[in-house]
Amino acid sequence: MAEIGGGCCPPMDLMRSEPMQLVQVIVPMESAHLTVSYLGDLGLVQFKDLNSDKSPFQRTYAAQIKRCGEMARKLRFFKDQMSKAGVSPKEFLGKDVDIDLDDVEVKLGELEAELSEINANNDKLQRSYNELMEYKLVLEKAGEFFASAHRSATTQQSEIESQQQVGEDALEAPLLQEEKSVDPTKQVKLGFLTGLVPREKSMVFERILFRATRGNIFIRQSVIEESVVDPSSGEKAEKNVFVVFYSGERAKSKILKICEAFGANRYPFSEELSKQAQMMTEVTGRLAELKTTISAGLDHRKILLETIGDKFEQWNLKVRKEKAIYHTLNMLSLDVTKKCLVGEGWSPVFATPEIQKALERAAVDSNSQVGSIFQVLRTKEMPPTFFRTNKFTTAFQEIVDAYGVAIYQEANPTVFTIVTFPFLFAVMFGDWGHGICLLIATMYLVLKEKKLSSQKLGDIMEMAFGGRYVILMMSLFSIYTGLIYNEFFSIPFPLFAPSAYECRDASCSEATTIGLIKTRDTYPFGVDPVWHGTRSELPFLNSLKMKMSILLGVAQMNLGIIMSFCNAKFFKSAVNIWFQFVPQMIFLNCLFGYLSALIIIKWCTGSQADLYHVMIYMFLSPMEDLGENQLFPHQKTVQLTFLFLALISVPWMLLPKPFILKKQHEARHQGQSYAQLEETDESLQVETNGGPHGHEEFEFSEIFVHQLIHTIEFVLGAVSNTASYLRLWALSLAHSELSSVFYEKVLLMAWGFNNFLILIVGILVFIFATVGVLLVMETLSAFLHALRLHWVEYQNKFYEGDGYKFAPFTFTLLGNEDE
Amino acid sequence: MYGFEALTFNIHGGYLEAIVRGHRAGLLTTADYNNLCQCENLDDIKMHLSATKYGSYLQNEPSPLHTTTIVEKCTLKLVDDYKHMLCQATEPMSTFLEYIRYGHMIDNVVLIVTGTLHERDVQELIEKCHPLGMFDSIATLAVAQNMRELYRLVLVDTPLAPYFSECLTSEDLDDMNIEIMRNTLYKAYLEDFYKFCQKLGGATAEIMSDLLAFEADRRAVNITINSIGTELTREDRKKLYSNFGFLYPYGHEELAICEDIDQVRGVMEKYPPYQAIFSKMSYGESQMLDKAFYEEEVRRLCLAFEQQFHYAVFFAYMRLREQEIRNLMWISECVAQNQKSRIHDSVVYMF
Repeated sequence: MAEIGGGCCPPMDLMRSEPMQLVQVIVPMESAHLTVSYLGDLGLVQFKDLNSDKSPFQRTYAAQIKRCGEMARKLRFFKDQMSKAGVSPKEFLGKDVDIDLDDVEVKLGELEAELSEINANNDKLQRSYNELMEYKLVLEKAGEFFASAHRSATTQQSEIESQQQVGEDALEAPLLQEEKSVDPTKQVKLGFLTGLVPREKSMVFERILFRATRGNIFIRQSVIEESVVDPSSGEKAEKNVFVVFYSGERAKSKILKICEAFGANRYPFSEELSKQAQMMTEVTGRLAELKTTISAGLDHRKILLETIGDKFEQWNLKVRKEKAIYHTLNMLSLDVTKKCLVGEGWSPVFATPEIQKALERAAVDSNSQVGSIFQVLRTKEMPPTFFRTNKFTTAFQEIVDAYGVAIYQEANPTVFTIVTFPFLFAVMFGDWGHGICLLIATMYLVLKEKKLSSQKLGDIMEMAFGGRYVILMMSLFSIYTGLIYNEFFSIPFPLFAPSAYECRDASCSEATTIGLIKTRDTYPFGVDPVWHGTRSELPFLNSLKMKMSILLGVAQMNLGIIMSFCNAKFFKSAVNIWFQFVPQMIFLNCLFGYLSALIIIKWCTGSQADLYHVMIYMFLSPMEDLGENQLFPHQKTVQLTFLFLALISVPWMLLPKPFILKKQHEARHQGQSYAQLEETDESLQVETNGGPHGHEEFEFSEIFVHQLIHTIEFVLGAVSNTASYLRLWALSLAHSELSSVFYEKVLLMAWGFNNFLILIVGILVFIFATVGVLLVMETLSAFLHALRLHWVEYQNKFYEGDGYKFAPFTFTLLGNEDE
Repeated sequence: MYGFEALTFNIHGGYLEAIVRGHRAGLLTTADYNNLCQCENLDDIKMHLSATKYGSYLQNEPSPLHTTTIVEKCTLKLVDDYKHMLCQATEPMSTFLEYIRYGHMIDNVVLIVTGTLHERDVQELIEKCHPLGMFDSIATLAVAQNMRELYRLVLVDTPLAPYFSECLTSEDLDDMNIEIMRNTLYKAYLEDFYKFCQKLGGATAEIMSDLLAFEADRRAVNITINSIGTELTREDRKKLYSNFGFLYPYGHEELAICEDIDQVRGVMEKYPPYQAIFSKMSYGESQMLDKAFYEEEVRRLCLAFEQQFHYAVFFAYMRLREQEIRNLMWISECVAQNQKSRIHDSVVYMF
């Protein structure tokens, strides 16, 4: 398949994807790992999965993958720990230093154990620290509470005493007095518990306590303003200090259980002030002690993490690489003798010597007794599509691939897209002022390329950066079309020469062209600036841009059809040339090619003929006289011929191809039994590798319906696609009108007020409108329309886009992929 | 609005229905189970599960795994799914989703109460509870001595409170009482859920009444079988059956007087939905009954996905996930204990 090409035409290497081959590699077991590693460095082989019927853990290297997974888990653990501790891993720049996977595994295991131990110790310390913190808070808060209670009790006592004194005189309530006076001595001994309870649970806690003891408790809570670290979970939580008074042992056991259920930590508390003070000093002392211990522990941990951080990237890369290698090795099938692995994969033909070299190197480096065997297989499978791109063409190729990946060796639309895409964009975006703004922005991206590509950008920035060369081309073309349109923020500049027209006398106003006379040669490049702002500006520009759009559209569609010829030529399909390409060319050019020709004739001769009329009556009454719409002699005969040809070409497109295909198929079937015998060898090979591709069913009706649809699509499409190109005119009109609105209604109006402040505001509004609406939104919309014109109007003429991309096994992407 | 759900359902329920259908697509298939059954050890299971929706939950587990870890992580996934859906849900779907939890709450209450009765550590018990059935004061259940206290102290704050109206006795808790309590609660819960679904109307009512009726009937049969030979009187037994379902009311009359498994079978075979289940069993056998019921349930739950614009898919998804976790637990246990021949005894395939 690869050798096809040439003939009368150039080989069109530029348009074709790389020739690919299915290769088979037989590697001895001992050098397999190294071989795959070298091939991964090379990155030019896409391995086929030969074990797709086996589940992942039944494959040969499942155990190694598990090991790698385990190491990756440890590394994730380290990364997590490092990011918690604020240690960032050191950038790993050097090439892959040879480190042994087993060493890494052992090292990782040791480090993990060490880190876990340090963590556990720290946690223990932290826990007791937090407990002490809580205890301290309880001591403070409860101490306050008891102090205030004591104070109020003493005041009450004194009140009672004073009351008693009064009471002696007043004998109204002797019983009450007696009770009160007896109170302190006969009092049942109340127990109490102190502790902390999470704030959100405090209400429920209180309620349950109340219910459980039938109301025989007294609870006091006070809020701790700052959040407290919970000792068990280690997380910050809002908490309340509580003091519960109860009576009786049963109540106590209930309360204890409830406390436990609510995760309320209890702390012993003594009623005596002296003991409280003693506890307090003790706690503060121990807190200070613990703090130094913890910080020492943390330092130790940080040092450990930093040593991990030094090597982290290296290990990470190594582990990922190993995992990728083993995954690839799992795709190879084990030979019956279990001594070598057999792999199959696609590789570009040009890479053959490199691959062979890599295989040899691997065999030597691994001290293998036997070298690897490399052979090319023949297959009927469709190879993957691989285009070699550079940083400039990548973005354009992406645009095409977004529609569909080309079939193997199909003509690649990208080649022309590189120019036509920015050009069509610029037709819609024609303004050299805006073009320069865009150019400056994109030049920044292009010049800072090295710096920007290494760092992470935002979503939108990433997109703009990826398409920087597309934008660069787009801005250059916009400057070009802007010069043709003579637009600079909608201000006309007589750049190349003074305008060709001048006023006949002083009475001639700006808003009319009547009264202008031609004094010089025609303006040399683009639109004469004098048109700008005149009453006939719009009719003139509309006519110009509309006709130009049609010309561009017809040209691009013709290009598309010619590409289909290239494809047919390349794949040696005479049917497609004679029964698809030729009638299509005739049909399109007899109708719309003729229209284009008329446009050009009209431009050249300055005729007043009505082209609408010509085109419409060419169909409605072709025999009628053209009258004043005649542009050239024998026009009627020419039109009749074209119409006839166009009508002929429709059945030409529709009918012969399905019948010819049917005949070809039948012919192939007759000779089949002989053909197979000749190449038994190869067909056996094919059968063992990836299964035979049986003779596809030939369904005549299906082919016919397909052809019918294709014909209808083309015939109707010729009309609608041409109309679709009018978007070029519409968008460019919208762009120039918008920019003139911003210029006249904002900038000039603000200028007219003669007020400095208003002028500033006006300029600001103008700048924001220009950047926001014209430079961002309009760029986007023109981009999308250009995209559509390429995907639909251009590519549907020839592009199948059913292929699949070449996805080689390579290490280059490993580094920047995030889990 | 029966018949017009399609017009308005998606305003509030469309997103979540899409989510739940996506989740359903992540359930393990027969092919997955076949692969899991070939696993040699728990690491293989982890490796296989890492390619499924459980992947991110298991990937950070250090290598010597335990069955409990696998089950715990899988349950965590279920809980996360549930919480996500609950967060997004509006009325009345949020209430519907809450109802799905109540069953677990009842189980947890019973678990804790039984555990305390046998003097187990509360913390240990709480770890065993199903996370969907947790509520704030669950640990406080340990304080209660009898049902009245249980209710008054703790459960009055929970959504389970209304279901307690029928079992407020001041008898001390013992195993029998707890079991009766569980079944009374379940009865009240199922009836309440049933009523709620009827109130919702539409396809939800239609499908949920079928699913809940099946659940109620299954409980009725289990109660009957478990109470054969105990001191539970026929009247008491009948009181535990939910007042709806395919068996209600005549089947209940007959079940209430059954004295052995074959009589139960005689009763059940009269009902077309259960004929197939019971006719497969040989006489006097009841071990395979659970699996047969589970299979039937899974079949019905899968059918719930065939209709659109109703809430039963959420119920069905949660149940299917739970069944899947049961399956995984069984498989991991079998693999861990080297009993691979018994794997197929209890795994219920879904798709």
